[in-house]
Amino acid sequence: MKIKAQVAMVMNLDKCIGCHTCSVTCKTTWTNRKGAEYMWFNNVETKPGIGYPKRWEDQELYKGGWQLRKGKLELKSGNKLSKVALGKIFYNPDMPEMKDYYEPWTYNYEHLTNAGESEHSPVARAHSAITGEKMDLDWGPNWEDDLAGAHITGPLDPNIQKIEEEIKFNFEKSFMIYLPRLCEHCLNPSCVASCPSGAIYKREEDGIVLVDQEACRGWRYCMTGCPYKKVYFNWQTNKAEKCTFCFPRIESGLPTVCSETCTGRIRYLGVLLYDADRVLEVASTPDEKDLYKAQCDLFIDPFDPEMIAQAKKDGISEDWIEAAQNSPVYKLAIEHQLAFPLHPEYRTLPMVWYVPPLSPIMNYFEGKDSIKNPDMIFPAIEEMRTPIQYLANMLTAGDTETVKKSLQRMAMMRSYMRALSSGKEFDNSRLERVGMTPHQTEQMYRLLAIAKYEDRFVIPSTHREGRVNPYRAQGMEGYDSGGMGGWGTESGGACDGCGPASPSPTGTATKSGKEIYEENFYGGIWRD
Amino acid sequence: MNALNQVLWVIFPYLCIAVFIFGHIYRYRVDKFSWTAKSSEFIEKKQLMIGSLLFHLGIIPVIFGHIGGLAVPKSWMQAVGVNDHLYHIGAIYIGGFFGFVTLVGMFLLTFRRFSKKSVRQLSSFSDLAVNTLLLFIVIMGMYATVVTNAVQPDFDYRTTISVWFRGLFFLNPNPALMTAVPLSFQIHVLTGFAIFAFWPFTRLVHVWSVPLNYVGRSYILYRRHKPTN
Repeated sequence: MKIKAQVAMVMNLDKCIGCHTCSVTCKTTWTNRKGAEYMWFNNVETKPGIGYPKRWEDQELYKGGWQLRKGKLELKSGNKLSKVALGKIFYNPDMPEMKDYYEPWTYNYEHLTNAGESEHSPVARAHSAITGEKMDLDWGPNWEDDLAGAHITGPLDPNIQKIEEEIKFNFEKSFMIYLPRLCEHCLNPSCVASCPSGAIYKREEDGIVLVDQEACRGWRYCMTGCPYKKVYFNWQTNKAEKCTFCFPRIESGLPTVCSETCTGRIRYLGVLLYDADRVLEVASTPDEKDLYKAQCDLFIDPFDPEMIAQAKKDGISEDWIEAAQNSPVYKLAIEHQLAFPLHPEYRTLPMVWYVPPLSPIMNYFEGKDSIKNPDMIFPAIEEMRTPIQYLANMLTAGDTETVKKSLQRMAMMRSYMRALSSGKEFDNSRLERVGMTPHQTEQMYRLLAIAKYEDRFVIPSTHREGRVNPYRAQGMEGYDSGGMGGWGTESGGACDGCGPASPSPTGTATKSGKEIYEENFYGGIWRD
Repeated sequence: MNALNQVLWVIFPYLCIAVFIFGHIYRYRVDKFSWTAKSSEFIEKKQLMIGSLLFHLGIIPVIFGHIGGLAVPKSWMQAVGVNDHLYHIGAIYIGGFFGFVTLVGMFLLTFRRFSKKSVRQLSSFSDLAVNTLLLFIVIMGMYATVVTNAVQPDFDYRTTISVWFRGLFFLNPNPALMTAVPLSFQIHVLTGFAIFAFWPFTRLVHVWSVPLNYVGRSYILYRRHKPTN
């Protein structure tokens, strides 16, 4: 047994309003650079839809994640030898292309002020950030926002295609949920396993998965390996980049930018302790429907004295164990069993968990019928507008029972709290039927509905004292900020792809970060 | 003429070798951040597939062929039973085949790099130069193998170029051996050395990053900050 700590996230989809604040604040923090315009470390998808990149959930197409081959866990894209020996290194057949994400563009705003006198008002047209040519836009980030075009893209959603009965995309039957996505910082990360250079690694102290920019050689297998398509290729620096889980903030005990700025307060961050020796065994669980349960069993009880002793032996400090005991992630995912990992069937043991959305059925059991017959809640869950099978295809490899139980507990919590706050009688045996106690229900309510900042984010700061010389650790953790004249890039001076930049209409810009900054930072307002 | 020979066949090759070695050390120490395969597959995939596969799968046997022809003395070959006839079948037919594969691949890659606007836009001057130079070297190599070998059957590079080449490594190169070599071979050799000098400063460095140790490594890598004491 070897206990390691992981900083994990839970998102309560029941409260996500799809405002994209997380995506925008993430982008302005991390990917507001040339070569990274198309990257959204965090993006919010409207489901059903094909997502970003297109059809990322179709692993027969992209070959992401792991699969069992004769009972043995193997990368879906092929074993190690096949990558080096079979010419895949010269041409990666399973890799997504830029057009699968979208071609980044900007607008020639200067034209609005510089255009000569003419009959019609001047128009700022879209120009490709790559070639500088004019573009007719037919795909972009959030093209499917709020079900736009869902009658075309919806049926192509792999989760929809796995449902046997036909799903209608007409107005009366339509349903939608928001799915914010970021790197899952998996316990069994297939991007790490795919990297031939050993540049991607999992940090032992907090489980954050990072790309060593000095060691990355741009072989791009990580893009294929990640089933969530959350490792990106910077076309300016020719290296892989990914969500850093805002490690500088996490290290100081602060929530990630996406969590901090979430207007719906849907995000939770906390520590989970797990047995690293059992990761492979759990990821190799034969039936994919058992993967969720197996993953839950991997986490150790932070209150068990024996486990606490073992954790201390494995170098986990007192304050981290305390944080694990107060972890909202442990409460939501393990204690209340409300949250699920996204697509456990990819066998990466993802560490961003989702509470399934309940809202679309509330009228069924909060309407007048539900008062007469409080047990209406159970059939109602079945008649949810969002098919349970759809949620199960995303969260539990198709196991509807588990998702249903989580939804029932949430619905019951609402019933209970409504009775409590309106002074009505409540038959507590109803709570027992879904395995809850009044105390537990109130705890859940506090965490989900009140969602106080200090309850949502329980992040112990990293122990840097007495650790390695930080000078030597430079560049190992994602980004190198400026100062590097590139041999390969023509820019000279500050490194392109570092520092603030915006796509230039002329294609390859040779301006330094400072020049671009001065050009764009106009009267205190970013001009794009 | 003697001074020119000295420059072309002694000073220039040594200069290239020195730049090759020290250039690599310098770049590795100073700028690992730019050390990448610099793939443009993300921008364009279809043309790259054919070009890149043909080029790479062609160039590897070609390199081994060059080692066999240049580094292994003729007498050693004969000692293990490879006579002139057998050697020429190998060099011209097998070498010619892989050379042709390389040439087609290189041609497609160069065509793609210059004609595809998105790829062109992302190419640095060094990318374009390396592409053009490599294409030129491969063309000269093919010309020397197919045409010169047929027109001048008496010329044997294993008793001239190879001996001179090995002399470089024993610090005893004999430039006189190179004077009578046909022009096509001479150009191929000189441009070949030139690209070794450019090597450390271009995308070609990715050759040294072939991830052979990946095969034996464990899948999941952890890194930790080790305590200083």
